[in-house]
Amino acid sequence: MIRLVFTIIAGVLLGGIVHLVSVLLLPRIATEDAYSRLTPITKLNAVTQLAPADPTNALMPYMDPAFAVAICRYDLSGGAIKLKVPVSQAYTSVSFYTRNELAYYAINDRSAGKKVIELDLMTEAQHNDLPEDEDVTAADRLIIDSPTATGLIVMKALAAEPGLMPQAQASLAASSCSVQTEMPAKQAEAPQARR
Amino acid sequence: MRLTLITLLALFIATAVGIGATWMTTTRGTELGTLTIGAWTARPRTGTSDVDPYSRATITRNGELPIGTGDGVAFTAARDDLKKPLDGRCDVVVSGVTPAARFWTLTLYDRKGHLVANSLQRFGFTSEEIVRGADGAFEIRIASRSRAGNWLPTGGIERYQLMLRLYDTPVGVATRTQRDAPMPAIATVGCP
Repeated sequence: MIRLVFTIIAGVLLGGIVHLVSVLLLPRIATEDAYSRLTPITKLNAVTQLAPADPTNALMPYMDPAFAVAICRYDLSGGAIKLKVPVSQAYTSVSFYTRNELAYYAINDRSAGKKVIELDLMTEAQHNDLPEDEDVTAADRLIIDSPTATGLIVMKALAAEPGLMPQAQASLAASSCSVQTEMPAKQAEAPQARR
Repeated sequence: MRLTLITLLALFIATAVGIGATWMTTTRGTELGTLTIGAWTARPRTGTSDVDPYSRATITRNGELPIGTGDGVAFTAARDDLKKPLDGRCDVVVSGVTPAARFWTLTLYDRKGHLVANSLQRFGFTSEEIVRGADGAFEIRIASRSRAGNWLPTGGIERYQLMLRLYDTPVGVATRTQRDAPMPAIATVGCP
């Protein structure tokens, strides 16, 4: 009897450990996460518009049907990403997620304060490799550090009324997301070109 | 022989308890880091890097993309102010004011977070398209049959949930009470 009680207690204690480990491991082993769902329909390091959310295309749960959504699935191993999103009439936001859907940064049109949201996305190592040039650290250049080499950039434009959806989609269609090749060379040229 | 049996039993209990608890917490959610105002619940930390492990597990398991803190905050409600589950066959009124935000959207989902099909192709309201009273307050009627004013169709499903998303808002991790964020009331006014 004592032995059975002891077995049950040991089982429950071990179960607690199994629970904690499985909760911590779940983000890594989940196969139906948003990134995996988006992989077949999005291009790497390019902007892909998603179809408006409706009951027949339930790609991801809890999508806001009032928004036009575009995705840039990124891989920073080939270099930093330059992102440009023109601001739509109502409200535009850009959110950054790691490979495991950790929302590490988000910005909206008001905090960007310009007609175009312009950002450079790079890994911490790439950021450290940047030349310590005054131009590079200029305030008009927003640099975001990605904690992981791959992830998702989600661009959203609000259609305040259903009739404004085509306009919201058109403004997202003008956005771009591409790998910056030969970054240091470009920066060296840039100041001369301005003079 | 006996030792093997007992070890197997202990391991079986451990698996059942461990996986069961994980399944429960990721489907029903935990109270960790929640902000509850009236019938509405938000998890402002899911939009930041210091999200709790349970929310992270839930997000990846369900394939969600949580709303980032620099973007906005999402409140959900699955029950009315009297703790009665929201029923798609009843008339439910969402009324009052919303916290300060540049825009908000109110959307109706089924229990799994999918939009509900209806003949009007209306899945929610934005703050711009709502009809308001003279004092700026609004009233949304959620019912299966058409209603005057701001009607949000339920498609007659039994259980649903509402999600109120505030965009570009000061509401977030620092918000604690109704005074910081006055949320609209949810009342079931009649069932057939």
